[in-house]
Amino acid sequence: MAKRVGMEVSIAAAEAVRQANVDVISAYPITPQTHIVEHLSEIVANGEMDAEFFCVESEHSALSVCVGAAATGARAFTCTSSQGLALMSEITYIASGLRLPMLMIISNRTLSAPLSIWNDHSDTMSIRDCGWIQFFVENGQEVYDHVFVSYRLGEDRNVLFPVIINMDGFILSHVIEPIELIEQEKIDQFLPPYQPLHRLHPDRPVTMGAFALPGIFAEAKKAQEEALRSSMPKITETWKAFGDMTGRYYHPVETHKAEDADTLLVTMGSCSETASVAVDKMRQEGRSVGLVKIRLWRPFPFDELKKAALHAKQLVVIDRAISVGACGPVASEVKAALYGYDQRPSVYNFVAGISGRDVTPSDFIKMVDKAEIEIEEGNKEGYEIYGVRE
Amino acid sequence: MTKPESEWTWKEIPVGNVILEPGNASAYRTGDWKSFKPVLNKELCIHCGLCYIFCPDMAYNLNAEGYFIADLYYCKGCGICSKECPTKAISMVVEEEEK
Repeated sequence: MAKRVGMEVSIAAAEAVRQANVDVISAYPITPQTHIVEHLSEIVANGEMDAEFFCVESEHSALSVCVGAAATGARAFTCTSSQGLALMSEITYIASGLRLPMLMIISNRTLSAPLSIWNDHSDTMSIRDCGWIQFFVENGQEVYDHVFVSYRLGEDRNVLFPVIINMDGFILSHVIEPIELIEQEKIDQFLPPYQPLHRLHPDRPVTMGAFALPGIFAEAKKAQEEALRSSMPKITETWKAFGDMTGRYYHPVETHKAEDADTLLVTMGSCSETASVAVDKMRQEGRSVGLVKIRLWRPFPFDELKKAALHAKQLVVIDRAISVGACGPVASEVKAALYGYDQRPSVYNFVAGISGRDVTPSDFIKMVDKAEIEIEEGNKEGYEIYGVRE
Repeated sequence: MTKPESEWTWKEIPVGNVILEPGNASAYRTGDWKSFKPVLNKELCIHCGLCYIFCPDMAYNLNAEGYFIADLYYCKGCGICSKECPTKAISMVVEEEEK
């Protein structure tokens, strides 16, 4: 029987990395990610893990080390937040273009300015298009579980992509939660050693990262795009295998009381749990409200979202980031997923909880109230930043 | 041997755009970049080999008669050989377009 222990989510993430037999860890400390690498450096220094720990001089170097390590066939790990991710952004595109599997946990934090250490999704949205498989998780158990899912998935010969796990900074990273740890034998069975397709080795020299002229660049990018899109069956297959092992099944889009709901909240990340409390309360009051949670951000699950949301009268999409001058990035994707259907719900978009401002169950109820009134009055595609003092 | 880039489809490109064949850059014709080509006046040539040494593309080869001759398949027409030649034996001549 698996052990269920109370531990800080960052520590649970570090323990998962240890159990995943990672070869190379390279990271630079930044709040609120620091506890993960701090704990990993202790584990490596204590000899409890056979890995190289690289103390680098910047996040740009941290991810560059992971790219180099993965190119030689090592299992690599890094994690970062906010400005650190912004500094890494150049290398994120390179890791995916070279199709090098690795794992990065992002402890999501606001991008400056104004300077802030608190949580929102503006950091990860800045690299939305970098070509990694991107998960959002709701709680500590999901962080722990997705470390194993990510390595098995990313290293699959039919996938070969780096993977990002987005977890909300502080809201998840610094809280103590009950975590069910998986026995090492089970993990070893689930996650076999990495067998790279191509790697840098003197016995069989190859070139990685070569120049591409305009005459072949589009073909190279098409190959990458097709590969990421067609990784979808492998993603669901990996989740299925993980569920069969642990009893915890994950899906690209998950729902809560959504099947018959007229109004659907659409959320991503840890606020999904808060939203589900609000949905339960509204249901008790007899209101027809449900919840749709997006777990897989890239490749975007257009079909799954359509299946979960197309029947509703209205969607209330919550974004924890702003695409300044447009709207929330989740709302953009949701609208794109539904655009091709004549009978489609109205989409009302709230940006809420940016830079760590609390979003409570009553806030979700207020947003649903507001959206239903606005849509009733004809404002069918509204967009606003929630709770701003006028 | 590799094939010209215009013949590759997206399905044929190795995963991660890895180049699996070492040294295949030698198949790439850089010679069509040039607008001037080097022409050697053998009467002035002293066989010093400075053109061979300075050529940034290693386009120069020693022929059987002992002259260094630029391989126009690779020569980009930069003119460094002509500039460095101590006896002014190499002149840069406009290359006529192939019909």
